[in-house]
Amino acid sequence: MSFLAPELMLQLTMLVPVLAIAGIVLTGRHENVREAVSIIASVIVLALVIGLYNDFTAGVPVAVSWFEIMPGLSLAFRLEATGMIFALVAGLLWLVTIFYAIGYMRSHHEQNQTRFYACFALAIASVFGVAFASNLFTLFIFYEVLTLSTYPLVTHAGTEEAKKGGRTYLGILLGTSIAFFLFAILGTYFVAGTLEFTPGGVFPAGTSTAVGGALLVLFVFGVGKAAIMPFHRWLPAAMVAPTPVSALLHAVAVVKAGAFTLLKVGTFIFGLDFLAMLPTKDALLYLAGASVIIASLIAMRQDNLKKRLAYSTVSQLSYITAGMLLATESGITGGAMHIAMHAFGKITLFFCAGAILVTLHKTDVSQMRGIGWQMPVTMAAFMIGTLSIIGLPPTGGAWSKWFELSAALDTDQLFFMGVLMLSSLLNIAYLMPIPVLAFFPPPDGVPRPPFHEAPLPSLLALTFTALMCIALFFFPQPLFDLAASITQ
Amino acid sequence: MIVHLSVLQVIIPLMAAPACLLLRKRELVWAFATLATFVTFAVSVLLLSQVMQSGAISYDMGGWEAPWGIEYRIDMLNAPLLVLISGISAIALLAARTSIENEIPENRHSFFYIAWLLCMAGLLGITATGDAFNVFVFLEISSLATYTLIALGKDRRALWASFQYLVAGTIGATFILIGIGLMYVMTGTLNMADLAQRLPEVENTKTVFTAFAFFIVGVCMKLALFPLHLWLPNAYAFAPSIVTTFLAATATKVAVYVMIRFIFDVFGFEFSFTHFPLQEILMTLGIAGIFVASIVAINQDNLKRMLAYSSVAQIGYLILGISFASQTGIMATLLHMLNHGLMKGALFLAMAAVVYRMGVANLSQMHGIASRMPLTMAAFLIGGLSLIGVPLTVGFVSKWYLVSAALENGWWPVAAAILLGSLLSVIYIWRVIEVAYFKSVSNNTPDVKEAPASILIPMWILVLANLYFGMDTSLTVSVTQMAAADLFGGLL
Repeated sequence: MSFLAPELMLQLTMLVPVLAIAGIVLTGRHENVREAVSIIASVIVLALVIGLYNDFTAGVPVAVSWFEIMPGLSLAFRLEATGMIFALVAGLLWLVTIFYAIGYMRSHHEQNQTRFYACFALAIASVFGVAFASNLFTLFIFYEVLTLSTYPLVTHAGTEEAKKGGRTYLGILLGTSIAFFLFAILGTYFVAGTLEFTPGGVFPAGTSTAVGGALLVLFVFGVGKAAIMPFHRWLPAAMVAPTPVSALLHAVAVVKAGAFTLLKVGTFIFGLDFLAMLPTKDALLYLAGASVIIASLIAMRQDNLKKRLAYSTVSQLSYITAGMLLATESGITGGAMHIAMHAFGKITLFFCAGAILVTLHKTDVSQMRGIGWQMPVTMAAFMIGTLSIIGLPPTGGAWSKWFELSAALDTDQLFFMGVLMLSSLLNIAYLMPIPVLAFFPPPDGVPRPPFHEAPLPSLLALTFTALMCIALFFFPQPLFDLAASITQ
Repeated sequence: MIVHLSVLQVIIPLMAAPACLLLRKRELVWAFATLATFVTFAVSVLLLSQVMQSGAISYDMGGWEAPWGIEYRIDMLNAPLLVLISGISAIALLAARTSIENEIPENRHSFFYIAWLLCMAGLLGITATGDAFNVFVFLEISSLATYTLIALGKDRRALWASFQYLVAGTIGATFILIGIGLMYVMTGTLNMADLAQRLPEVENTKTVFTAFAFFIVGVCMKLALFPLHLWLPNAYAFAPSIVTTFLAATATKVAVYVMIRFIFDVFGFEFSFTHFPLQEILMTLGIAGIFVASIVAINQDNLKRMLAYSSVAQIGYLILGISFASQTGIMATLLHMLNHGLMKGALFLAMAAVVYRMGVANLSQMHGIASRMPLTMAAFLIGGLSLIGVPLTVGFVSKWYLVSAALENGWWPVAAAILLGSLLSVIYIWRVIEVAYFKSVSNNTPDVKEAPASILIPMWILVLANLYFGMDTSLTVSVTQMAAADLFGGLL
């Protein structure tokens, strides 16, 4: 039971970060006050999201409509299970990331920190817009705001490399969204006459599967944030951003907005029954499988840790896309759970990568041998994150992979089962050596380096997310209940 | 009084122009011209509301009844355009006094306002009249005034640009006149409604075909349809910025209106689209215009010229809407006419502000300019997003209907082409945003202040209009929907 009406809370999740921007800009001169504004805002938002969760599990229907732009096109929001999962993950991790960022940004002496925190808040506001959107049109608007608000974060360093990365980022994300995603939305509206997310899909019975198949292709490629190959290049390019950005936005918020959109489209625009009939579904599934494997292979060859993690994200995102394309309930459940599981695992890894950067100034995997003795907490957390990404107990990643596997079994997609197996092996190959080698003794004759851990706020943040990975293994029930209720 | 409204809004600026000569003091002239324009604007709004309430208004000039006398006819098709012309003119004039300080020698300021009023009277006249020959007369009034306005530009190349436009415009006007002449020969009437009734009797003659061809080509010259657009970029780039604002937002729209009026009303849908491969021609030229002009725009350093090429591309969208030959298509064109007026008005006013402070609007000198002129560049950003067609701006609304019309016809590749065109506009707008916002200020950037309020306020009025009509489309959509339904009323 909460104090505020759920409708109000839903809107506040978007408005509080926006108001925080004003506070951040006004108090920009006083670092501590400015960071306090961010923290207070994220605490409020987390409380709001939890309040919404309580109302949602109590079965209170929550819907808000702002205004109608054209007949059939309105800005409207509704609480729904997939969105609830996404919002809980984003809300919780925003708070954690703010803590982490304070430690990181200060010890790294970053410029333009006010702009950084302001854009961060705007990005979060748009994430909630995406999560709660009740129709494709609303989702599309916030999807685009998310792209635009994260551009200054990607180019934060202001160097030529950052600008080049920013151009790739914006070019691919905006380009695919206008050329394919918007086209798919228009096509859907033309065929179905509505963009409202409806259980069972919106297409009238008897819609040609050829048209549906074409639209599916447009959606899968148009939602560039889901980073299916060949539209994945923006994600490694975005790694020029400061690590908190890579951690929250490019392992959680932005990429999951893409995966989330695809899940929503599959479940509530096509509907699983219609989706299963589409002729292009299998080809796309193979493409997603290929993305999983190819991205893992590329990840193995990356020496830069953040780049390696980025390619790993590309690979993991295609799990979710594939989960949707399997067009079964367990595929959707697994995909939705993977949104949360991968989020906690990957953000832990990014937090660790950033911690290594600010304390030891190391960016490359080849330099990281033996650093576990200097940063034991960080590298232990790295180990837990790695286990979760691979999908091994005792971490949450095991559950989502389990559901993906059972969905592949249900649909006799032996190809995809093979992909999942092979991908787990590849994950082991490119992630496991990092924490293991970190605890190898230094070569003979070299003295063991002294203990030197990350800044305390950052250390707390990464410990928390690592513990969450484990907690999600032992207590997956609430998350599972939410994920399983999507298709009901 | 009310019955005379339809003629008043042409008469007011037409009479105010010579009156300016008597005032002499330039401040007074400005105040008077602005006042006259605002009165005209009020009249247009009244007219629109009346048309919406009680249907088309017909007014017989001097009491001579049509078809002998000259008829003024205000209906759903031209009423919103009248509001756009007078509205943009009024808003631009608010900024004009400051904007021309640095761009036009002081002793010519009075002439500037006179030419402006005449130009506006001409554009309003073309739109309001129901008489084919009257269209030509007002076309000449507005064109001559436009040549003058362009030639007032500070850069000496303005003279050349004006001359270029004069040649192109005169050819266009001559073609139009030949077309009208041939129509008159065949029917003995110049009244549009009367022409529409009599043309079908003689429609299978070579003379009428020739009349149609001459008329349409002449109009395409005036509306700068690719590849007849060559006069436009120079004219927009070298004219005083405030003139560009006014022309870009209104002049080409009026020509598009004439085209729609003659294709659908005078010659009739049936005639236009069955005897000629009009659909194919317009579609090809429209799409070619969108792509070629957008790609050229990407490489411009002078932002006024870049926006000029973007205008050529946007005209491509308008023509594409006509080529669909459907009610939704026409509606999309009409909607985009109004919306594009709003966005180009805002964008060129932002450029006027930049030119006022920096003397030129060259991208190479604008590194980090957003930190010096934040409000101006924010206006440019929003205007640019609107041009791209981002949701919640007017640009999105017009693109939405345009693509819907394409899908309705089953022209999927055309729908894809429209969206690809948007992508090109992303590139040329984002170039500016990147330089203005994300480059640090260099030595090359002049040390300038934010633009004065007298330019900022009109600019932001237009920017807010871009947002407002992007979110509340009930007025624009219903008006254009009714107009499109009227055009197809007798047909489908």
